Amino acid sequence: MSYPATMQDSLNLCVATRERRMTETFPRATADAKETLLKGFHPDYRAETFAALHVGPNAGDRTPRELAQLLEADSALPEFPGPRSSVPGLSLDKPDYDCDVLIIGGGGAGCSAAIMADTAGARVMIATKLRLGDANTMMAQGGIQAADKDVDSPAIHYLDVMGGGHFANTPDLVEALVADAPEVIGWLEDLGAMFDKNPDGSMKTIHGGGTSRRRMHTARDYTGAEIMRTLRDEVRSRSDIMLLEFSPAVELLTDTKGAVTGAVLQNLNLNRYSVVRAKVVIIATGGSGRLHYQGFPTSNHYGATGDGLVLAYRAGAHLAFIDTMQYHPTGAAFPQQILGLLVTEKVRSIGAQLVNSEGNQFIFPLETRDVVASAIIRECQGGRCVTTPTAVQGVWLDTPMIEIRRGAGTVKRELPAMVRQFGRHGIDIAKEPMLVYPTLHYQNGGVEITADCATNVPDLLVAGEASGGVHGRNRLMGNSLLDVVVFGRRAGVAAAKLAKERTGDLELGLSHVERWRKELAAKGLGSDIKSPLLLPDYTRKS
Amino acid sequence: MADTHLVDIYITGERHRVPDSLTILQAYEYAGYKLVRGVGCRGGFCGACATVYRLPGDYHLKFALACQTKVEPNMQLAMVPFYPANRSTYRLSDLKGEAKEVLDLYPELLRCYGCNTCTKSCPQDIDVLGYVSAIVRGDLAAAADISFDCIMCGLCVSRCPAELVKHNAALLSRRIYGRNLAPKSEHLARRREEIKAGKFKAELAAAKKQSKDELKKRYAERDIEPGE
Repeated sequence: MSYPATMQDSLNLCVATRERRMTETFPRATADAKETLLKGFHPDYRAETFAALHVGPNAGDRTPRELAQLLEADSALPEFPGPRSSVPGLSLDKPDYDCDVLIIGGGGAGCSAAIMADTAGARVMIATKLRLGDANTMMAQGGIQAADKDVDSPAIHYLDVMGGGHFANTPDLVEALVADAPEVIGWLEDLGAMFDKNPDGSMKTIHGGGTSRRRMHTARDYTGAEIMRTLRDEVRSRSDIMLLEFSPAVELLTDTKGAVTGAVLQNLNLNRYSVVRAKVVIIATGGSGRLHYQGFPTSNHYGATGDGLVLAYRAGAHLAFIDTMQYHPTGAAFPQQILGLLVTEKVRSIGAQLVNSEGNQFIFPLETRDVVASAIIRECQGGRCVTTPTAVQGVWLDTPMIEIRRGAGTVKRELPAMVRQFGRHGIDIAKEPMLVYPTLHYQNGGVEITADCATNVPDLLVAGEASGGVHGRNRLMGNSLLDVVVFGRRAGVAAAKLAKERTGDLELGLSHVERWRKELAAKGLGSDIKSPLLLPDYTRKS
Repeated sequence: MADTHLVDIYITGERHRVPDSLTILQAYEYAGYKLVRGVGCRGGFCGACATVYRLPGDYHLKFALACQTKVEPNMQLAMVPFYPANRSTYRLSDLKGEAKEVLDLYPELLRCYGCNTCTKSCPQDIDVLGYVSAIVRGDLAAAADISFDCIMCGLCVSRCPAELVKHNAALLSRRIYGRNLAPKSEHLARRREEIKAGKFKAELAAAKKQSKDELKKRYAERDIEPGE
């Protein structure tokens, strides 16, 4: 018996109602019902948890307080009242590294960009905070979308993306996403990524929340890991790509016209700064789940602290959709050791229902994530939930149904990561349901980009989760892995082209930081908080 | 938490008293370590937090991912956040896509003497010896399948008395399999050609021009392909 006695009554009810529920299909919500649910229960609508920005290109816009604090914080670099070169340990006149394209971040977007820019003949450098491949891409489980079946088309994919994002998405970006998708699947396969296939070679594809066609391509429930390790190995195959690990960027460098010309890196092993001169910089730093908005646990990587947003904002980049975050409906709620870790949507795609403490379904399992998350929060606020011994609330995700629907052994074959994750704590998900609650999963917005990943700051490109616009106000499952590869590739191509056009000397300066400090002071915001954060601090404060 | 039980653990020899509900990773942080190495996804997917430990009265060396394993009383532990592992020099696109190329690039795999220490040390419970054997006999489909859930933590490499870097050979096997040996997807090839020929351009351009209300209407009325 793996669940504690206090949870048994409800667990028994989940088991007892299973046979009845097997034949029940919960109706899809109408547009109005979804709207009501979101406004009533989605965390994005908790106005008191947001703050308005005072300075920078988005002054007046709302964003979660935790992000606002970092966006409006001081640079982590020492004060440099005199000439630029007086910053201790920093010599802007003699850069430590020189390249055409500097890519900040070594996840799915960064590696895709590096491969394409290298192919185009650019001298590429990747600077990443932890190891190459330490990224949310590695943790993505459920799949990657692409309209490559005959019953599907990029235009149908387009409509699903727009609907999922509440029609707020930037059309040019959505067009790029869906039009490049089949090519991206083919490209990944050419690089050696293995997708789940039928014996005739056709892709095994399933639904995700909000899809109207089965276009989710999978690699068991290690889809992101498979893509990430393939891209990483390809980057390592290319000896011309310079790689610096444990070296996050802590500030961009700009010329007097405001164009980006490089970055200051901080070696985390030695706590030393280094200076990179680059004709073009790509920010591919991912999301910010480790800021734990509204106190939510997160499914995100340790390094997801929103650094790229901070750097770009300080250099004058406009951000988009920073008032919306994605709460994945199914984070683990029990046991405590794995609280907030992702339980892939694929679990619902292949047949598990969400069940409240009374043994009833309460939402169609494949509504979009924002809607399902809101429904779970509604059930818990209404008391129709299970409470764990550590006072965490959750609802059941009835995984044994998968075995009944698709045959014994399906769970182990299709969800090996989930089987391990829960098995390590004594829960056999083929036989027992999981307890779940929404977890902070994704940054819907980010730096505003064009379809070629350009920003309003010259020579600064952004790709992947650090960018904003393609997903509107809510991202669909399987469109993030797609996003990082589509826009990573586009950024790499565009950066190589820009670098070729960029002739003449590059001027490395920090005048944007000086200006930023003056703006903060003018608003009385000379805070003690420095950003980027780089890493969260989970040490116990005694 | 109502009933917190504290246990002693020894992190690189130093005693710390921590709640027994914590994972090893959380226990490091509870003890005061702000980690840079030995921590990554915190969810069992990245292999950054490979850990070795022993328990009192048991000579066996044990293996774990720090983020996925609860502390036990009096465990003596250390993380192995990095282990030297050679990677052969190749470009996948330059290879012919034959099974024997894995052995050409990692010939030392033939030195494996089948002790199975690798399998015993895998925190993912992968049959490491099984995939090494599959590579040696030229069955990359089997090697790819058996090794698929590898997170490349390197514990098997650290323990191998024949000094083999198995996880890199497995990765190369999967890449060769995925590119060259897996059955080809005809519908994907067809769609790539259609897109190159510009087949969907007009339809997407039209969709982009539609008003929000038009899109909403089409979205609400769209037909949904049944599940399997």
